[in-house]
Amino acid sequence: MESLGPEAWEAVRLSLKVAFWATLVALPPGLAVAYLLARGRFPGHGLLNGLVHLPLILPPVVTGYLLLLSFGRQGWLGAPLEAVFGISLAFRWTGAALAAGIMAFPLLVRAIRLAIEAVDPGLEEAAATLGASRARVFATVTLPLILPGVIAGAVLAFAKAMGEFGATITFVSNIPGQTQTVPTAIYAFLQVPGGEGAAMTLVVISIALSLGALFVSEWLARRVARRVAGR
Amino acid sequence: MTLSVAIKKRLGAFGLDLDFEAPDGVTALFGRSGAGKTSLVHAIAGLMRPDAGRIALNGDLLFDAERRRDLPVHRRRLGYVFQESRLFPHLNVRQNLLYGRRARHLRGEGDLAHVTELLGLGPLLDRRPGALSGGEAQRVAIGRALLSEPRMLLMDEPLAALDAPRKGEILPYLERLRAETGLPILYVSHNLSEVARLATHLVVLEGGRVLKSGPIGALLSDPDLVSVMGLREAGAVLTARVAGHEADGLTTLEAAGGRLYLPRIEAAPGSELRVRILAQDVIVATEPPRGISALNVLPATVKAIRRGEGPGMVAQLDLGGDTILARVTQRSAEALGLVPGRACYAVMKTVAVAPADVGQGLRG
Repeated sequence: MESLGPEAWEAVRLSLKVAFWATLVALPPGLAVAYLLARGRFPGHGLLNGLVHLPLILPPVVTGYLLLLSFGRQGWLGAPLEAVFGISLAFRWTGAALAAGIMAFPLLVRAIRLAIEAVDPGLEEAAATLGASRARVFATVTLPLILPGVIAGAVLAFAKAMGEFGATITFVSNIPGQTQTVPTAIYAFLQVPGGEGAAMTLVVISIALSLGALFVSEWLARRVARRVAGR
Repeated sequence: MTLSVAIKKRLGAFGLDLDFEAPDGVTALFGRSGAGKTSLVHAIAGLMRPDAGRIALNGDLLFDAERRRDLPVHRRRLGYVFQESRLFPHLNVRQNLLYGRRARHLRGEGDLAHVTELLGLGPLLDRRPGALSGGEAQRVAIGRALLSEPRMLLMDEPLAALDAPRKGEILPYLERLRAETGLPILYVSHNLSEVARLATHLVVLEGGRVLKSGPIGALLSDPDLVSVMGLREAGAVLTARVAGHEADGLTTLEAAGGRLYLPRIEAAPGSELRVRILAQDVIVATEPPRGISALNVLPATVKAIRRGEGPGMVAQLDLGGDTILARVTQRSAEALGLVPGRACYAVMKTVAVAPADVGQGLRG
């Protein structure tokens, strides 16, 4: 192992930033989609389920390419986004966050959906008979009860976002300081002679961050589970 | 306060077609499992949408298929006590009790102090639902429904998940509720003993239809309903006043038809009780029996007699204005000449009356 250069530190910092924003932005739609899939009965249920899980099954490079086609400067979404809002995603860290968020989305939805399915709908019915509207039932009964699942899902999504490689490098490339995350940095170091040392250091940091995230999520989930179990 | 229901609903091969009214007081919905009781209560609460018909509470439409009115569950203001308590596990007892007040934007704690006292919840307020016994949890669930200030209370087999001692623990609370709050209650049960203790009005369901509805006394003593009630369960209710407690452990009651001796009942002299007498515990004699251990021998008149399936018959007896049922064999009925108008004696064993079958009278 050797001490890290500024380039590697930048990759660590950027990875944390990308994973943080990817998780945060994916959470609200993740909750909504998980709730729809768990409790909703509507035509297209299966289609939505398939769509959500697509990034898990598709080769990441395909997802990245589709993102590039959609959100690139000339993309059908990217062009109006830049023209109207001045938001540009291609080859920027925000694009890396989008790619990571989409790749992490299925994991997030899965964990939250399982948690929602474990909540007794009878409790939600009881809350409604006591005068609580649908939104209030969700906020005061469903959400507190699924919190352990939401936390577990968020940590999983964060870890996935930290490790995202294929879609990221396809969509936003591997620009140091801009879009170079830990995995793409490791890849870059391994491409140059004598880069193994720096790569190894990043590998160790990767393992440490992942383990840390797992421990934190376990601890949080256990705490919250105890609280919602009613003891 | 009157709840009127006239609905139709198709549920697979089974169909509901119900029409009845529930007046003030406690209306029991009685029927075997699968008679449609829970579906009916779900429809009233708004948890299930009927195909046709209307549901109104005091003229206020909760549901009307023709006018396309379907008030959402949370705006019906009906308290619902489920079979399982359904307490919110992440909230303590006090927060559970006050949940409906917050949801309905009612100020303050309302009747919290009174409801806590009424249901004996004082020591439980800071506990979590996970630390409550089944009976305690169900009392909290009743209190939670009451505190949401409902217009009516729907109770769907609230005691069915409890063992006999826990049931015995809750029944007196329900009797107090009936006496003190005056809140109309729709009480679903397939347990006749509970129904006989609590209800003032009875709706008998069978196969998704209303078989009969009316005041509890008249229906429980209707010989035509014996087969629906169950031969071993059928029995009528006598109203009696406590005359005194005897030194040998008996309690003397004064009923319209005469004196009754029952195993000691914890009730002050003068208080009114409802005593359920099972049809199979009543012996009919045409002469005053002598040398018999049964203490209760009351003069009676045969009002009606019905033949059932098998060797049994059910006699409806008048006891000075009260009506009870007696199960006898056809052979005995013929031998004794039991026909309407026949004077006879109703013989009842003191110890045959179970403590669970003695409840508080409607006027306390």
